[in-house]
Amino acid sequence: MKIAIPVDEKTLESNVCVSFGRTPYFLIYDVETKESIFIDNSAATSTGGAGIKAAQIIVDNKANVLLTPRLGKNATDVLKPAKIKIYKTTTTSAKNNIDAFIADKLALLDEIHAGFHGHGGN
Amino acid sequence: MKQLLILSGKGGTGKTTIASAFIKLADAKAYADCDVDAPNLHLITEWNHEPKKTDYYGLEKAKINEELCIECDQCRQNCRFDAISINEKYTVDPYACEGCSVCEYICPVEAITMTPAVDGDLMLYSDRKKVFSTGQLKMGSGTSGLLVTEVKNQMKEAAVDAELAIIDGSPGIGCPVIASLSGVDMVLIVAEPSISGISDMERIINTAANFETKIAVCINKYDTNNENTETIEGFCQKHGLPFVGKIPFDSGAVKAINNGQTIVDIDCTSGTAVKEVYHKTINLLFEKGGG
Amino acid sequence: MKFMLDFTDTGAINMRIAVLSGKGGTGKTLVSVNLAAVLKESIYIDCDVEEPNGHLFFKPEGVREEEISVKIPIVDKELCNGCRKCVDFCKFNALAYINNQLIVFDEVCHSCGGCILVCPEKALTEKEKVIGKVQKGTSEQVDIYTGILNTGESTGVPIIKKLLEENLQANKQTIIDCPPGSACVVMESIKDADYCVLVAEPTLFGVHNLNMVYDLVKLFNKPFGVVLNKCLEEENPAEKFCLENNIKILGHIPFDNELGTLNSNAEIAVYKDKKYRDMFSSLLKTVKKEVQHETTTNS
Repeated sequence: MKIAIPVDEKTLESNVCVSFGRTPYFLIYDVETKESIFIDNSAATSTGGAGIKAAQIIVDNKANVLLTPRLGKNATDVLKPAKIKIYKTTTTSAKNNIDAFIADKLALLDEIHAGFHGHGGN
Repeated sequence: MKQLLILSGKGGTGKTTIASAFIKLADAKAYADCDVDAPNLHLITEWNHEPKKTDYYGLEKAKINEELCIECDQCRQNCRFDAISINEKYTVDPYACEGCSVCEYICPVEAITMTPAVDGDLMLYSDRKKVFSTGQLKMGSGTSGLLVTEVKNQMKEAAVDAELAIIDGSPGIGCPVIASLSGVDMVLIVAEPSISGISDMERIINTAANFETKIAVCINKYDTNNENTETIEGFCQKHGLPFVGKIPFDSGAVKAINNGQTIVDIDCTSGTAVKEVYHKTINLLFEKGGG
Repeated sequence: MKFMLDFTDTGAINMRIAVLSGKGGTGKTLVSVNLAAVLKESIYIDCDVEEPNGHLFFKPEGVREEEISVKIPIVDKELCNGCRKCVDFCKFNALAYINNQLIVFDEVCHSCGGCILVCPEKALTEKEKVIGKVQKGTSEQVDIYTGILNTGESTGVPIIKKLLEENLQANKQTIIDCPPGSACVVMESIKDADYCVLVAEPTLFGVHNLNMVYDLVKLFNKPFGVVLNKCLEEENPAEKFCLENNIKILGHIPFDNELGTLNSNAEIAVYKDKKYRDMFSSLLKTVKKEVQHETTTNS
């Protein structure tokens, strides 16, 4: 199983990035092999649709699970059909969140916010 | 870091006047001006050195190489933004170009390339104690949202230890406002007691309600129309929106601002009133529990 | 009536006057609404589609509405072969390809039509998506055009384009109430204006932003002048700016509690009191003279 997390730096000890769409890097952690790879998030410098592009990157890298503090509706609309489960991070460290997830201590992310272009607004 | 954003919907209600007072009262270590179209906050903050300036690149713009151009007109016909015209030679209007690259794709002789374009400036004022992030969009630009995001990121990166960040927002409900709303913990809406002000306030509350954030309302220049002030207070009560206070119209405020000072730097009625609004707002912001 | 006669005597063409300010809250709507009202027969166009206010003053009747939409791509699943050329092409990241399905993100799409062109299988066509509306009504003899952007939509430019397009061949004086700032929506609003009235307030912020729209109207080569609003006894930094830069001052509107109250109650000042009717008539006369001057010097 592969876990994706938005991170500020390219280390396992890095803080989780508060923004999914514009995080500088994604950490993809393989639970079985315990291998970590870091991907540059090319969506970070987009003038728009960052959440969509970032989500496409996660999907293309075959992640099964995403751990993130928050997620916008656009990114959710990409991840849901790809059947990627989304959990809410609880601490700041990427490693701690991975451990918490493996120990079944994380909850599913329920609150989806409207993001940049207010989909769902009137 | 808790982020407080100040918005209004209608322009001219007093966002910057109030934001600057809050910054003074909080002795804020981190603040930003996200009204990148018409930034004003730097005019009343006290920095005695120049900011660090970085170019802000928005969308790439199309450029036509006249030596390769065969004037087939395909680019102009396919441009949905009326950005290509013929003035002796085929030229791209950089103000109208949205960077879609259709012209680059369609040109049969590869005479068009998308080139990076500076769309504005990012500015960062900092010393050992605090940081102030702001930006200025170039005229006519359509990428205000991204610059707002970069202004906020610049502030967050430079002020990692700050507990509270105060963000002065822009008028309207469009792109720059939506970008500024992302990730903030609370929005303070500065309302003006006029029919226009009430209409605009409702639209901005509607826009902000889509985000996971606390919302509170205050009224500026409330005594210019007491009836409308009552209407706004009633509206807040009806919709369960915390009402954090009202500030009277004060010619002293204009004097202060014109002297480059905040309303809490001098002795004036609006300065006294804003202190109460400030305390109520901060209490709400740091209160435990949902929005 | 006197001014209508003056006007036709000099054989002036119908003029399109844009009212803008840079900073919000300086009095664009106050000036545009009252100029349109004092003209009696005119067209008032509200291009501040994010926060339109003019209609609150005029309370137009016989309102007809037209929805404004933009083109958004839709995919024919039978024809799509998953090559992802469209996803890679889109500069706005409005397309994603997940689980062998193409997803289109309406709000992010800029309607450039590029994906339709690049698709090798012709699997993409376009549908209309409503982003707002244009309302047309009348109040006395003023035609009121209001543009309204739906909340959550990012750009009002297509609505402004429609508002102005409709009125290109108009045979009445047109007053265009512009949005604040100097971004793309403002540029769109002043594109076809014959003359720009810049409204300035006597504050530090006001002058700073006046400078920005001053640069904008110069860039567009538009003839312009400044109306100084909310004038007090003290030194006026906006007036100083105009004098220093040789900018034509069209008039002074004093800071006036009564005017402020009328305005905050969405009342049209020129209908309420002769002194305001006279004030705005005088302003209008000055503007007309300036426009005359521009057309004769440029013809």
